[in-house]
Amino acid sequence: MADKESTHHGRRDFLQLTSIAVGAVGAASFGWPLVFSMDKSAEVKALSSTELDIASIQPGQAILVKWRKKPYFVRRRTKDEISAAVKVEVASLRDPEKDSARVNSDRPEWLVVGANCTHFGCIPTGAKSTENRGEFGGFYCPCHGSHYDTSGRIRKGPAPKNLPVPPYKFVSDNILRIG
Amino acid sequence: MEKKQFDNKLVQWVDHRLPVFSYMNAEYNEFPMPKNLNYFWNFGALATVVLVTMIVTGILLAMQYTPHTTLAFGSIERIMRDVNYGWLIRYIHANGASMFFIVVYIHIFRGLYYGSYKAPRELLWMLGVVILLLMMATAFMGYVLPWGQMSYWGAQVITDFFTAIPIIGNPLTEWLRGDFVIDNATLNRFFSLHYLLPFVIVGVVALHVIALHVHGSNNPDGIDIKEPQDTIPFNPYFTAKDSVGLGVFLIIFAFFVFFAPNYLGHPDNYIEANPLATPAHIVPEWYFLPFYAILRSITFDIFFLEAKLLGVIAMGAAVMILLIVPWLDTSKVRSARYRPLYRIFFWVLLVDCIILGIVGVKSPSDLVFPGISWFDYKTLGLIGTIYYFGHFLFLMPVLGLIETPRPLPTSISKPVISLSSGGGSAPIGAAAAKKEKA
Repeated sequence: MADKESTHHGRRDFLQLTSIAVGAVGAASFGWPLVFSMDKSAEVKALSSTELDIASIQPGQAILVKWRKKPYFVRRRTKDEISAAVKVEVASLRDPEKDSARVNSDRPEWLVVGANCTHFGCIPTGAKSTENRGEFGGFYCPCHGSHYDTSGRIRKGPAPKNLPVPPYKFVSDNILRIG
Repeated sequence: MEKKQFDNKLVQWVDHRLPVFSYMNAEYNEFPMPKNLNYFWNFGALATVVLVTMIVTGILLAMQYTPHTTLAFGSIERIMRDVNYGWLIRYIHANGASMFFIVVYIHIFRGLYYGSYKAPRELLWMLGVVILLLMMATAFMGYVLPWGQMSYWGAQVITDFFTAIPIIGNPLTEWLRGDFVIDNATLNRFFSLHYLLPFVIVGVVALHVIALHVHGSNNPDGIDIKEPQDTIPFNPYFTAKDSVGLGVFLIIFAFFVFFAPNYLGHPDNYIEANPLATPAHIVPEWYFLPFYAILRSITFDIFFLEAKLLGVIAMGAAVMILLIVPWLDTSKVRSARYRPLYRIFFWVLLVDCIILGIVGVKSPSDLVFPGISWFDYKTLGLIGTIYYFGHFLFLMPVLGLIETPRPLPTSISKPVISLSSGGGSAPIGAAAAKKEKA
């Protein structure tokens, strides 16, 4: 009896393991559509680009626009603000990036950055010149006190990264397309 | 066995405080099952699998669906077109309802054939009827949610049943709808209840299983378990047997989902609800057709009772009569295997239900056979209805009294052992080996 069982063991284990493996593949291929259904749907992902007229934005001012449902700052920088951003020693920054890498070199007056603080996503103040722009004249996040400079780079406070630069281009002199 | 049931220390620790592991072991691993069960005993497990599938897909659909009359239809189309695999989840859910009913109907007819409702399993059976009623309510309200033409007019007709009740009918119906007509209030409460009732079903299923495990499963011979040789443990024997049945069932389910997803539905439900135009031909989903036929078969008043009210009563009674089946059947023998007369009438009842189903799709005034002018589907429906109630109210009590049952086997294991000489002890040995391994 014992001998007989041991000769069958290899076969039985093989059958059991392959059955479990096939069952697991089946369960996973049923489970994936269920999980994936909760992700962004096609009509959400289809929100590809946002165009806006920037002619009315005054130097020193910024506006908030939405691209793919998220807010972005479009800021027309003054000469002083540009030179302040360029002068900073890059090596001293928490997230080292040159100002020239964050703006269009033909039109450095325009700064286009994400408007969610890289700490926990609040929208920093500083779009209007009357709002608190923090110690470095860019943006200031009221939630946990992060200071961004006029290039949208993190300078002080808990946020880890610079405000992100989205893909964008100037379609004409006054039309900006994000995305 | 009591002391060292589990090797794992953590399992022992938990089990000492919350005996989930010993419970699962006792009820789903070692649980003694009659060893002569056939594949008709798969359908309880299949129904459980479909119930879980419906709840899982339903929760995901509810994440995408909008219960508002102006947005519901569009949100279904969004699920079909834009939500990742939304079409798949919706088709599984929609066809899952049909799969649920076919599985449960086979489960019920299995119970009727093998006398599973007889003592001491009356409450088990009655809980099953409660599950059927809850399923019907849930399925109906789910069908309203897409807010198509059949959704709307189905809801209109079904809620109008309540207007048949004398005196309080109209106010009751308006209370149920939350409006003078089917509108947003109705849609919202149907969505709320459609989400709630499946969990109530889970609760009643739990009671159904608890009741089942008191006296164990009935079996094709309909005789009690007398000795340990009559049983084999649930695992691995019936987990394996259920898995085979599940595999076949899932192939059929998948066939509908992938190759005929709208075959069991009605095309008019892809037209958005229009309160000013009723579709030419209103039919319920297939699983309600026999009951719909019974509803429509009563077209005459009896004394002061209007036909409308009688139809509704007949339809309700068609389900409710199942509750008292354990007391209508006077035979002491459970299984139809040993009941030569009942066995014949069981099949006649099944055919009668199928005929009523056919009557349910046909127009009442259509002729069954062209040329026989008096024999329309309305008449056939009335004959079918009378036979349906006659089966339960007349045949069931009388057959038990006049029938001479065939001799019952002395025990479950006797016929099995006599068929395969000397092989009787093999399953027991294998079961013991399995326990040692665990």
